[in-house]
Amino acid sequence: MGSNMAEAHPVGFQWVMEAKARGAKVLHIDPRFTRTSALADKHVPLRAGSDIAFLGGVINHILSNDLDFREYVRAYTNASFLVGEEFVDTEDLDGLFSGYDPETGTYDTSTWQYENGFPEDSVESERHREQSAGEQHGSGGPKLESGTGIATDQTLEHPRCVFQILKRHFSRYTPEMVERICGVSREDFLEVCRAWTSASGREHTAALVYSVGWTQHSMGAQYIRAGAIIQLLLGNIGRPGGGVLALRGHASIQGSTDIPTLYNLLPGYLPMPDARHADKRDYVESIRGTHQKGYWHNADDYIVSLLKEYWGEAATEENDYRFDYLPRIDGDHGTYRTVMDMIDGKVFGYFLLGQNPAVGSAHGRLQRLGMANLDWLVVRDLTMIESAEFWRNAPEIETGEITAEQCRTEVFFFPAASHVEKEGTFTQTQRMLQWRDRALEPRGDQRSELWFIYHLGRILRRKLATSTDERDRPLLDLAWDYRTEGDGEFPEPSADDVLRRINGVDLTTGELLDSYQQLTSDGTTAAGCWIYSGVYAGGVNHARNRTARTEQDETALEWGWAWPANRRVLYNRASADPQGRPWSERKKLVWWDAERGEWTGHDVPDFPKTTPPEFEPEYGEAGPGALAGDDPFIMQADGKAWLFAPSGVVDGPLPTHYEPHESPMPNLLYGQQGSPARKVYGREDNPSNPAPPEGGGDVFPFVFTAARLTEHHTAGGMSRQLAYLSELQPALFVEVSPQLAAERGLENLDWAHVVTSRAAVDARVLVTERMRPLRLDGRVVHQVWMPYHWGPSGKVDGDVVNDLLGVVLDPNTMIQESKVATCDIRPGRRPRGCELLEYLAEYRRRAGVTVETGTHVVTAHTTASDAAATSDTTAPGSTGSHTTAQGTTDREEDA
Amino acid sequence: MGVSDWIRSWPVYRQLTGADRLGRGDAAASPQSREREPRTADADRVTASVCPYCAVGCSQNVYVGSDDGGERVLQIEGNPDSPISRGRLCPKGSASKQLVTGDHREERVLYRAPYGTEWQELDLPTALDMLADRVLDARRKGWQDTDADGKPLRRTQGIASLGGATLDNEENYLIKKLFTALGAVQIENQARI
Repeated sequence: MGSNMAEAHPVGFQWVMEAKARGAKVLHIDPRFTRTSALADKHVPLRAGSDIAFLGGVINHILSNDLDFREYVRAYTNASFLVGEEFVDTEDLDGLFSGYDPETGTYDTSTWQYENGFPEDSVESERHREQSAGEQHGSGGPKLESGTGIATDQTLEHPRCVFQILKRHFSRYTPEMVERICGVSREDFLEVCRAWTSASGREHTAALVYSVGWTQHSMGAQYIRAGAIIQLLLGNIGRPGGGVLALRGHASIQGSTDIPTLYNLLPGYLPMPDARHADKRDYVESIRGTHQKGYWHNADDYIVSLLKEYWGEAATEENDYRFDYLPRIDGDHGTYRTVMDMIDGKVFGYFLLGQNPAVGSAHGRLQRLGMANLDWLVVRDLTMIESAEFWRNAPEIETGEITAEQCRTEVFFFPAASHVEKEGTFTQTQRMLQWRDRALEPRGDQRSELWFIYHLGRILRRKLATSTDERDRPLLDLAWDYRTEGDGEFPEPSADDVLRRINGVDLTTGELLDSYQQLTSDGTTAAGCWIYSGVYAGGVNHARNRTARTEQDETALEWGWAWPANRRVLYNRASADPQGRPWSERKKLVWWDAERGEWTGHDVPDFPKTTPPEFEPEYGEAGPGALAGDDPFIMQADGKAWLFAPSGVVDGPLPTHYEPHESPMPNLLYGQQGSPARKVYGREDNPSNPAPPEGGGDVFPFVFTAARLTEHHTAGGMSRQLAYLSELQPALFVEVSPQLAAERGLENLDWAHVVTSRAAVDARVLVTERMRPLRLDGRVVHQVWMPYHWGPSGKVDGDVVNDLLGVVLDPNTMIQESKVATCDIRPGRRPRGCELLEYLAEYRRRAGVTVETGTHVVTAHTTASDAAATSDTTAPGSTGSHTTAQGTTDREEDA
Repeated sequence: MGVSDWIRSWPVYRQLTGADRLGRGDAAASPQSREREPRTADADRVTASVCPYCAVGCSQNVYVGSDDGGERVLQIEGNPDSPISRGRLCPKGSASKQLVTGDHREERVLYRAPYGTEWQELDLPTALDMLADRVLDARRKGWQDTDADGKPLRRTQGIASLGGATLDNEENYLIKKLFTALGAVQIENQARI
């Protein structure tokens, strides 16, 4: 679901076909019929943005028919845990959970806690959301004060146990409701339910694959939660052939999350400290519970080892390991917020390191206007991309909104070395690091990012060498003494040396560390990314392991290195039953060897090696020693998988169907229309199309969605310049159904333009039955699909599809809702120049779009005081100021 | 050519008398195709790499040779040893030789002055030095010692960065480390998108 694997990850898809050849049934549930659908046993089209309604229907089907893998669910999930009496579900609050604050649009999660579990520290929920708290908990799992001593009911009958809460929450997600919301027939829906639930139990598993078709929604994290709940109910996590598999879209996007170039994280999913943290102790206590279970309890070891790698000998116990050198965050510093700050004149310099936001980020116009209002911009890329030349080829040149002679931004273009001209590791989508050898030297001024950043840092340190300013100490004290190769003033830094320091070193012996379990908080170890500790175990670069697949078993542990500890299936303790025996011979992966007193198997066991299955920790025990023998989820504070999330997810402890920010449909389940915690930015330069209960939505009556082609890569910087790929996919097109083509007078291969309140985009029409009109609650809804790879540069060019989108974000991840919006489509080409601006203004006038449109996020009708929510059904209508979306504005109304 | 040579040059003869009874290999080869060599034959060496496009992580063999213009990539192929890809590459991965050898690759630092209408060339050390001055300036302009309550922030909001998902782990590590030491917090990449 939410993935077109055959086209977006074609070589990975060979394994799906291999499984199919061995008898697996392949189901594809996705709005459009694609090559993935063509190769699947069954394709089920659904409306873009309705996946939680579908998945909730599956959950309801499982629970109503007792189809869960009960032994697994009872032992390995929090199904039996009791939730406190204060918790109120969406069923009783018209789509809100208890703890909602309509003023800030955020939840206080204190009423979602387990009974007997110590309540979470009272955190201001606004702050919690703005720092993308859900993602902060990445590898640590959300904090719980206590992992032992939670009240449970092993019969799963108690009305406040998670199992019963789950049942009630999804009880109205019936096949009829799925049909009305998603446009999926009851027969198709039940066929999916039957197939999915049959791949469950001791002998069978099912794997669930998703991609950005799930993440890029205003409730994307909840889509994935919903999928994970199903996989847990069916016992499909931690087992061979199971799992929830995120297919990521860039060579090292997993690596750039693990070793993050992200505002809210430090390496290894340690949160960035914020202004609340006076010192390191404060910080550690706020990210892990004093009595919690598992390896996250040792967070102090991880942060101290990182600080020792950052600041070397300057970091000592006496100076708190220079925790004070870390800059503090205090809100949303994500890329979209930053771009708005550029427009508002608050950001002065911008580095683009292998990324092309003028084409590749949502709301391209916002991106380009931001870049046009900087002191300076650095672009490092293989080729000349749109983001480097916005001052002379942006669409805003034609409309007169940007002119080179009046654009003050100074632009530096640095040519980059390619993947074969430098060595280092990528981390692929299953957490596996693979080392690339350098094939040859780059030419001219082409350099690696390693070179660029290393020498920029060296020059900055030289310029500040005599500074006495306290603010320069972190830079001057930085451990920046990486080994280099070659002579002269500008030698190439050694990627191998950087990887060694990421792995970690015992500072008393100088030896490389073998495992994160060797890290300490006494300053005697330094490691740049604790989850990568072990990649250099035994002094060997395991990312460079290349034993041929024909010379090892199918787990292939000798190819590359997967974090943590080279485990290939996370939480694989769950592949054995509570007594430590494989659930079945067919599905054996890891098991307890009683004779040797240790866990063993085909994979590296993801569990304390010698903790026996029957082990019970003492009450109040903490850390890895508090893990019971049947606590497979070793990074979770309670050792169990969370069907219900008492913390860590900021927009609800359970997934709930809300309509997308822009939708032609009212929410048929609750008065609450969209996600009440979604992040909206009501600005003149970021208009929204109206959605119920606002009027005017009929001006943009169609559902818009976009995705990749096989032959191009995201914003096209690595594909539109290549003759082969440009020939294979030469032009932007828009897929519409024959029925929509007839309704709007669209001719196959002729021009049409797609319109939103942000932009109009030209494309060739492709009339195809791959797009199916959906019957939803008695009405027909059309969907429109576009690939998004084109821009003004390259061997093949075209309009920027991302210009159609606005900025509205998932509050957990601060990722934009770009997989669904509403639009209009008309035959012929769009107007050009100033006429285009007039044309869009006229659309907004007709739809009644103002800066307030879409910002009144609370629409639930509830009087329950514990929700603290008031009814707000204000439809901005056509009153108020018109949105002109011209130039820049400092007006902003964050809801 | 004698008669016997002429007969032996006939593919059907070779098919009937040789090992290639189905006529799908040697028996059917013409003299031209016999003389052809794969472009990888001239390679001085083969190095192991990984495809730079999506996150599947297909393994690549990079064939490097040299001519008057110096070393160059002759071919990039899938590596059959890989348990991930088994030697296969998609259209993008198969085109990656063009990605690294194409004439779209820029080789020189380019600079566009404020209000400028054209690029101009700049030498690399000069550009780096100019940039370092600008980094310090933007850092200073956006500097915040404390928040409204007097709590330390020790940061700048003057500098932002975007990118990393196409880069190496080691590169991301240095980017985050340097910018953190500078006090810059708006450090982002495609994972947010």
